[in-house]
Amino acid sequence: MILTAMIILGVLVYIIGTVFYRGLPALTLDMVTKVPGGGFYLGKEGGVLNAIIGSLYIIFGALAISTVISVPLVMYINFYLPAKSLFASIIRFSLDILFGVPSIVYGAFGFALMIYLGIRASLLGGIITVAMLIMPLMMRSLDEVTRLLSRDLPDALLSLGATKYEMIKVILKQLIPGLITAILLAIGRGIGDAATVLFTAGYTDNIPDSLSSPAATLPLSIFFQLGSPVEEVQNRAYASAIILTVMILILSFSARYFSSKFSKHKI
Amino acid sequence: MRRLRVIKDKTARYLMVLIAIFTLLLLLVIGISLFLKAFPIMKEKNLWVLLSSSNWKPFKGDFGFLPFILSTLYVSLIAIIIALPFSILTSIYLNSYASRTVRRLFEPVIDLLSGIPPVIYGVWGTLTVVPLIAGKIAPRFVEFSTGYTVLAGGIVLAVMIIPLLISIMVEVFRSIPQAMTDASLSLGATKWQTVKKVILRKSFPGIIAAVVLALSRAFGETMAVLMVCGNITQIPHSVFDACYPLPALIANNYGEMLSMPSYESALMFSAFLLFIIVVLFNGLSRFTLNQIEKRYQFS
Amino acid sequence: MITQQMALIPDNSVIEMKEPTLLKKVINNQSIKIEHLDVYIEDHHILKDINLTIPEKSITCIIGPSGCGKSTFLKTLNRMHDETPEVKISGKVFVDDENIYSPGVNVIDTRKKMGLLAQRPCPLPMSIFDNVAYGPRIHGIKRRKALNQTVIQYLQYVGLWDEVRDRIRTSASRLSIGQQQRLCLARGLAIEPEYILGDEATSALDPLSTKKIEELFIKLREKYTIILVTHTLRQARRIADHIVFMYLGKIIESGPTEEFFKNPKKQLTKEYLSGSFS
Repeated sequence: MILTAMIILGVLVYIIGTVFYRGLPALTLDMVTKVPGGGFYLGKEGGVLNAIIGSLYIIFGALAISTVISVPLVMYINFYLPAKSLFASIIRFSLDILFGVPSIVYGAFGFALMIYLGIRASLLGGIITVAMLIMPLMMRSLDEVTRLLSRDLPDALLSLGATKYEMIKVILKQLIPGLITAILLAIGRGIGDAATVLFTAGYTDNIPDSLSSPAATLPLSIFFQLGSPVEEVQNRAYASAIILTVMILILSFSARYFSSKFSKHKI
Repeated sequence: MRRLRVIKDKTARYLMVLIAIFTLLLLLVIGISLFLKAFPIMKEKNLWVLLSSSNWKPFKGDFGFLPFILSTLYVSLIAIIIALPFSILTSIYLNSYASRTVRRLFEPVIDLLSGIPPVIYGVWGTLTVVPLIAGKIAPRFVEFSTGYTVLAGGIVLAVMIIPLLISIMVEVFRSIPQAMTDASLSLGATKWQTVKKVILRKSFPGIIAAVVLALSRAFGETMAVLMVCGNITQIPHSVFDACYPLPALIANNYGEMLSMPSYESALMFSAFLLFIIVVLFNGLSRFTLNQIEKRYQFS
Repeated sequence: MITQQMALIPDNSVIEMKEPTLLKKVINNQSIKIEHLDVYIEDHHILKDINLTIPEKSITCIIGPSGCGKSTFLKTLNRMHDETPEVKISGKVFVDDENIYSPGVNVIDTRKKMGLLAQRPCPLPMSIFDNVAYGPRIHGIKRRKALNQTVIQYLQYVGLWDEVRDRIRTSASRLSIGQQQRLCLARGLAIEPEYILGDEATSALDPLSTKKIEELFIKLREKYTIILVTHTLRQARRIADHIVFMYLGKIIESGPTEEFFKNPKKQLTKEYLSGSFS
């Protein structure tokens, strides 16, 4: 049993190690500061700044949408609906299911939706689709910390004559660390997913300048570079993979840090 | 002043109700719109033919999904077969044997494994798993294999679902009342006997639920599998054959095939298929897990 | 930050403020009258036909073994059961001659009349100053000067001002638990209630803090009607003017403190006072 645990740990190290081992030699400053130049996909100069910026635009856009929807929803099912409400459990159940829907299905649905609305593959399309992907995760994670909150604070606020809306504004302050954790988890999932943005965000060598222009993303950039027969381009794929992995690692550790800080604050 | 406060409160409440309804409807809207998009092909062809034919010639209007369905099943099953023993043993270890420090050290490992993006798994798979199969494993059994195979997909997928399996199983094991294991231990049973007779037996439904959940995750995984499984339309006859799972089919062809309505509809059909299966699997296992949680919460 | 703090170091006129100005208006004719109150939680009949008049400007202690419905009763007075739909309430509760359960009564107004001191102190996740200022703020006091004055007044009143004047902008969660409870009292007083409800308000506190709170209650009695739920008979004896003894959801006996402890009329009361059950 210790062996299996060690193997799992080993695989993690192996994965990260492989990516770093193959990618580090190709990881230059150009990679993160330049957009692809002419002949980039044949091994000529340039970087993946377009994909980095594109990924960031998409994830922050998606984050804005999904936070605006998630926070009220979680507050609603925790503080407006009674503790044993059937409606609340139906919502929680459907969140569980939404969480399990594969990203490729979100991608296909997002694309169908965009055709219906007349939007081309663009930054906006990517933002909407990724927002749908990360929303269930955010809601569930925020819901979990909210449920742990003791009833004392809401009761104290209500007994002062606060309306529920005023009560929630104060409770949210208490929930900030939990919200940050939820946001970081959502970023982690959203930024690494390729299948959602495959048809919805398009791909371009430029940095997107408006919501309706197509946007490159890091996972797709890795995928496309890896598909190239030129070895240098493949190596760059590994370097891009390092960039993505490092972003994820940072997010993951900060999420952990915030959630532990939160539990300390609780006790 | 007070009226303004009450109005604000009411407005906020209505907005929240709207959002709640919207969230509930999202699942329905996704399902219905996928169905509507898939409807033309289902009207055109017999549903059974779509599912059981292996004749895939989109440009001639033949859409047989059997190769893709079987590919998906094979890859997922191999993933589960590899991942399950690892996950069960590790969860038992974490739950019953490991010290608190080890447990706390292991948490971020699980978190990180589940946080690594699929595309990185794909990169890792093409760098290590694929050459390993092509160079070392496959030659012992078959004459030639590119390495881009069912097995490669299965291995990569196994690593991806292990964190999910472990985190659910640890929860399930934890839900078994301490009193029950204590009772067994105090009767003189060894730790391993207790694990076998009490913990595993008691948590059997939970383990099944976890497996079903992991299966549904495996069905839908796109990028990582696509990068290592070869993407050749055929019914794989051995684990060293290339395969072409449903999500990869959608990813590779959708978006470019809008000029052919029946092809697009066929791809939407596969998305719909995926959606239905995943929703059913997910629903069932989540329901079971929720029941388990409830049963032990107040006892 | 610094400028805010500067503004808070009060000029003498503020700090010299004496207690008589505490309540802007001393409200006369406070009255709470309960008629035929029944409370059900799901299928359990928690409170059975409660009829009670609370004497004004005095301390009424509700005693009884745990599970007798004391806290449930207290919550009916500021309609905190509104939050739990399983609770069904019938009967009438008149506060200032208005039935708070009749339709059209605004729950905010009712709660504003009642300052609640809970079992465990629960400071809001904000600074000490904002904790006290929260109530007045939501009820419409926006002017900084007025707020400062209110906050300082009530902190002085509960004897916390001298202890916290240097760190008034720091988080309230860093105070000791006894200080937190006094802060909660100040916070409750700052909404200018007429009644004060205490739900075992000292059970989490050390003896010294308990004493401080008890002294405050006695001081507050001059202007407020106070209703306390307590599980210690000694506390009831020390501070109460009137005692209400509840058992299994019913009022068994009630009366002035001295009378109640010296000459209990009911057999059940005698047994409870002698400690044969609790």
